[in-house]
Amino acid sequence: MIAAFNSYGAWTLLRKEVRRFMKVVGQTVLAPMITSVLYLLVFDQVMRDRVEVYDGVAYTAFLIPGLMMMSVIQNAFANTSSSLIQSKIMGNLVLLLMTPLSSLEMFLAFVGAALLRGVLVAAGVYVVAIFFVPLPLEAAWAALLLLVLSSGCLAVLGIIAGIVADKFEHLAAFQNFFIMPLSFLSGVFYSIHSLPPFWREVSHYNPFFYMIDGFRYGFFGVGDASPLLSVAVVSGFFLALSVICLAMLHTGYKLRP
Amino acid sequence: MIAGRPQGLDRPFIMSAHSPPVFAAMQALHIDNIHKRYGNVQALKGVSFDIQQGEYFGLLGPNGAGKSTLISIVAGLVRADAGQIAVLGHDVVSDFRAARKSLGVVPQELVFDPFFPVIDLLRLQAGYYGCGREQWPWIDELLEELELSDKREANMRQLSGGMKRRVLIAQALVHKPPVVILDEPTAGVDVELRRALWRFTRRLHKDGHSIVLTTHYLEEAEELCDRIAILNKGELRALEGKRALLNLHPFRLLRLSLEGRAALPEALQSKLVGEVEGEFELKLEKGKDRIADVLDAIRSAGLRVENVQTRDPSLEDIFVEMTSAEVAS
Ligand SMILES: Nc1ncnc2c1ncn2[C@@H]1O[C@H](COP(=O)(O)OP(=O)(O)O)[C@@H](O)[C@H]1O
Ligand SMILES: [Mg+2]
Repeated sequence: MIAAFNSYGAWTLLRKEVRRFMKVVGQTVLAPMITSVLYLLVFDQVMRDRVEVYDGVAYTAFLIPGLMMMSVIQNAFANTSSSLIQSKIMGNLVLLLMTPLSSLEMFLAFVGAALLRGVLVAAGVYVVAIFFVPLPLEAAWAALLLLVLSSGCLAVLGIIAGIVADKFEHLAAFQNFFIMPLSFLSGVFYSIHSLPPFWREVSHYNPFFYMIDGFRYGFFGVGDASPLLSVAVVSGFFLALSVICLAMLHTGYKLRP
Repeated sequence: MIAGRPQGLDRPFIMSAHSPPVFAAMQALHIDNIHKRYGNVQALKGVSFDIQQGEYFGLLGPNGAGKSTLISIVAGLVRADAGQIAVLGHDVVSDFRAARKSLGVVPQELVFDPFFPVIDLLRLQAGYYGCGREQWPWIDELLEELELSDKREANMRQLSGGMKRRVLIAQALVHKPPVVILDEPTAGVDVELRRALWRFTRRLHKDGHSIVLTTHYLEEAEELCDRIAILNKGELRALEGKRALLNLHPFRLLRLSLEGRAALPEALQSKLVGEVEGEFELKLEKGKDRIADVLDAIRSAGLRVENVQTRDPSLEDIFVEMTSAEVAS
């Protein structure tokens, strides 16, 4: 009898994807930690006395959740997308595609591994950041939910990009022209309340804004949007992306010509 | 390194302890009217045939015939535009889990994951099929049989082409599939390794696996296969037992050279199929053309035979005969 869900197969793929980034842990987890520390050092020096975004919240503290989320966004995306494009280019993806793993099992394994990387990176940045400035955790549920959901979103986006892309340059373009602008324009370095009304309005259509704002709410208990709205928007984004991604995997779009 | 000791593949084989399950009265492969088009290339134009369990089957055809495309459809790597394929009765689309568990495919290209050592690749691959630690002794056995034991911890990048090929063969067998497809496994490998791989697949076959081999070395198909399909330009050109295929083309080839490097008499020109450095090859229809008549014609032209030999046509000759008309067109 053949089980309806190949859990051992999916577990194996998850373990493999985790081992893949742990083998180059310096590049995948430590590097983002160092980048974030550099940001903190620079901004802490330059901005320390100038801005206080929310009452009683130092700018450096304000910055940390944004930096954590930026690292999560970049790393979760990189994990799935680079794994896929690499095995497409090397040709060894066929060795996975010919196994009895279903689309859902592959999806869960890839997303699970990327999610883990996102969480590890966030934790790493957190650990070094609290040496600089004390950080409250007013609503841990919001921080945790948005951490997981945002990791998930970017992991799924990474699968989609990895399926569509034919070479590394395509991924880089996706990252430079889509993910970077959207995450920079979502309030990592500022509150959107400091933006002109038009741009403030536009930000409300950027799902990355809700990832960062909701995540930040988890620490300070204040934000530009309601944390429930953030959770709802990011959940919706995750579901929509997952449906698209699973449909691609299921129909074999680009992977099974 | 490989050439040095392929004889290791001759050691007593213990694969029979792991014989694949037998599904009674079910075809190993059932291929029904498969069509596949890539852009404006019609790669497969309605291919149908069955492969019985326990067969050693040869799938032959020139480059671009559609062999790899057909195999990819069987493996679920490519979707057919029309038609059905079942592996041991399991449809490769609607019942893909069972179909893929029954199937091991060695791809034509030397593909590999550069991140892991050989042993990990094999164990991970087994894992995707739902096989855990209980499969590890079998994996060790495969490494042993394929002369890869000392490469367990090596990265694929460090291995020669022949070794990579053997790792791919092991990788296709980690889950003990009853049906095994090898897509040109001996292309570009040295003669000794080729012989070793022949022995290996023969043993798999003896232990009950159904084997499908694609190759363009015809002597290979002649040597190994019970039955042969010839594919050309996406169409099945022949499907016969090996002997039947040979008998279907009842001719012999006569090779001769004339004293003084004389030209072939006019009367024999119609039978000439090849000429290399003064040696002529003539095609003689069985029961129609006789050697004696050829020799008479030479004598009556005032010439003398220097050397003569005959041979039965090889699959190569038959293959050339079957496909040359179309290749020319
Ligand atoms: N992915 C693909 N995209 C476009 N054309 C392809 C693709 N794969 C194969 N073909 C074409 O389909 C035909 C059959 O190829 P293939 O199945 O590889 O033949 P074989 O394995 O017999 O050499 C060839 O004309 C080849 O160029
Ligand atoms: Mg081929």
